[in-house]
Amino acid sequence: MNQNLNTNWDLIIRPKSGWFDLHLSDLWRYRDLTMLFVWRDFVAQYKQTILGPLWYLIQPLFSTIVFTVVFGRVAKIPTDGLPPFLFYMAGVTCWSYFAECLTRTSGTFITNAGLFGKVYFPRLTVPLSIVISNILKFGIQFLFFIGFIAYFMINGAHIRPNYWIFLMPYLLLLMAGLGLGAGIIISALTTKYRDLQQLVTFGVQLLMYATPIVYPLSVVPDKYKWLVLLNPMAPIVETFRYAFLGSGSLSVTYLLYSTITTLILLLLGVILFNQVEKTFMDTV
Amino acid sequence: MSDIVIQVENLSKYYRLGLVGTGTLSHDLNRAWAKLRGKPDPTLKIGQEDNNDGNGHIWALQDISFEVTQGEVLGIIGRNGAGKSTLLKILSRVTAPTSGECRVKGRIASLLEVGTGFHPELTGRENIFLNGAILGMTKKEIKQKFDKIVAFAEVEKFIDTPVKRYSSGMYVRLAFAVAAHLDPEILVVDEVLAVGDAAFQKKCLGKMGDVAREGRTVLFVSHNMGAVQRLCIRGVLLDNGYIVKNGNVQEVITSYLHEPQHLNTRHAIFDDDLHQLACILEVELICPGKDCYAILDISDQLEIHIKYAVHRNATGVNIALSLSRDGTVLFNSFDIDTDPGLFESRRAGIYSAQISLPHRLFKAGCYSVSIGIGYPNIAIIDSKPDAISFALAEISEDTTIKSYSKSRPGELLLSLNWNSTLKRSITQ
Repeated sequence: MNQNLNTNWDLIIRPKSGWFDLHLSDLWRYRDLTMLFVWRDFVAQYKQTILGPLWYLIQPLFSTIVFTVVFGRVAKIPTDGLPPFLFYMAGVTCWSYFAECLTRTSGTFITNAGLFGKVYFPRLTVPLSIVISNILKFGIQFLFFIGFIAYFMINGAHIRPNYWIFLMPYLLLLMAGLGLGAGIIISALTTKYRDLQQLVTFGVQLLMYATPIVYPLSVVPDKYKWLVLLNPMAPIVETFRYAFLGSGSLSVTYLLYSTITTLILLLLGVILFNQVEKTFMDTV
Repeated sequence: MSDIVIQVENLSKYYRLGLVGTGTLSHDLNRAWAKLRGKPDPTLKIGQEDNNDGNGHIWALQDISFEVTQGEVLGIIGRNGAGKSTLLKILSRVTAPTSGECRVKGRIASLLEVGTGFHPELTGRENIFLNGAILGMTKKEIKQKFDKIVAFAEVEKFIDTPVKRYSSGMYVRLAFAVAAHLDPEILVVDEVLAVGDAAFQKKCLGKMGDVAREGRTVLFVSHNMGAVQRLCIRGVLLDNGYIVKNGNVQEVITSYLHEPQHLNTRHAIFDDDLHQLACILEVELICPGKDCYAILDISDQLEIHIKYAVHRNATGVNIALSLSRDGTVLFNSFDIDTDPGLFESRRAGIYSAQISLPHRLFKAGCYSVSIGIGYPNIAIIDSKPDAISFALAEISEDTTIKSYSKSRPGELLLSLNWNSTLKRSITQ
């Protein structure tokens, strides 16, 4: 039997691998599956709906209109001198991407328990596919936003898109990383405590008010600014708004802070996720 | 020299019988902390009491070691809760072992996961790709096998229809077709496979046979000893998480069938009560030619022997026997049915009755026999509900495709003579 110990085994099943044995190569081997999940999400979501992918546009449009009326007209919160509609739309577009990534990935283990309990594939393919399919959705909403910018500019609104827009892919990556990282941490914990699942939907809503979505960072009193900036999404949203609308608070330091937080969350998330995926079937 | 493709070494799996949410918060947090650190953790799995260490922990598998060589068909048998499913789960990487190691050469696929991940809104074509990828195929592989899969499933016409519109038969066929074309080096088959119609089962078993002939390795888990015996050469018997026997399939099946759990109560003795008019003293199930430890087969000849006492001369009394399977009464039989003289008068004394049960009439299952003495429609004198019980199994033959297999509808086993003749042959 011992002579076999050195032969090349394709697979070794062990109780628990080290903290950093993350099987990321497996994830690459199953890349087709990830893409098929993305495509499934995209195709299946709007089958048998009348408006189909138009819903991608209806959601941000209506949120923006409501925000414009409630926060702009009624509460009269200043918008850094920008047209309120564009101001809110920028926030809504960013936030809905992050929120969607976070809430949907946080349910990974619970929603897929049936599937995970029967067949093995790298579990990370599921949250990863969610983040990717949401990029498509974001892309559509983003183009919609660009359309409105063009419309406002033609009508002579005071907006100045600048070179920071080239940072856009990076901002998207940060948001994806934040949503994914936080989402999979929660998904790993919800295998035991379902309460967290309840907390997510409502927590994300609260978090939105802790992020400069409906108000600019500039109206926050200096005393409390650090509190808002503790939220790694805040600098991302502000940068996004600055890049496309030309007004807002922009700081490389804050952005760096967001990057580091994202990396830490992501690493922590992947590690936790990997630890949980091995035994979660026994606890769900 | 034969290559070893699966090597299992000192494999153990530990479950904790969980009390979710009933502990204190600190206890729960402790558990959560243990889990955060990746410690094996709390579960809800209910298993045998025997290997429960008393603290709500159970070892579903203990120190399992075995090897499987290339091209071998290995049968894994054992009672419910013996650890078969846990072993399969570990091998298919659904859950991780607590200690020990498995080394595997080649791709493992399980035929138990028919239709996993099918999305009802997607078409047959789309689902083939999705399901194939979930089972571990690349897009390229699926493309190559696509036509074969569709042909095997016989759903060409409906390939672009959402699967939610499929009949259940089409659904299962398509799902099985995808799994069957995985071409894994190692195939794991659970008896869950015994669902679906006869043709489907035959296709499954046929495919398994093909796989084995092609020199691939098969792990087969089943309670149907006939099928195990037919397909496997070597067997592993699990009991309470241990490997009890590992070797020639015939020997393994024999020792499985002689496990004391299969004995049930085939012989019951009751106390006499002189105050009663009559009493049941003894009920026994006898299978001529088999010792009392043997497991009973659906084709065995069975007899029920009853001993009873009548303390005073009696009229209008009958002895009744009722046979139930899984709690449902199958029939009642009275001794006066065929012997009306006993109804008129029954002299005091000790009686014995021997009832031969019809041969090959009862399907596999758990049976119990109740005996009673009484005045029909008036009063009960003595009754022994479920006096004895026994199990019938499908051992002597593989009933997978037979009409009287346990999984088929119908209460009785009947092998009828069909007298089929070919009237006219049709040239094709």
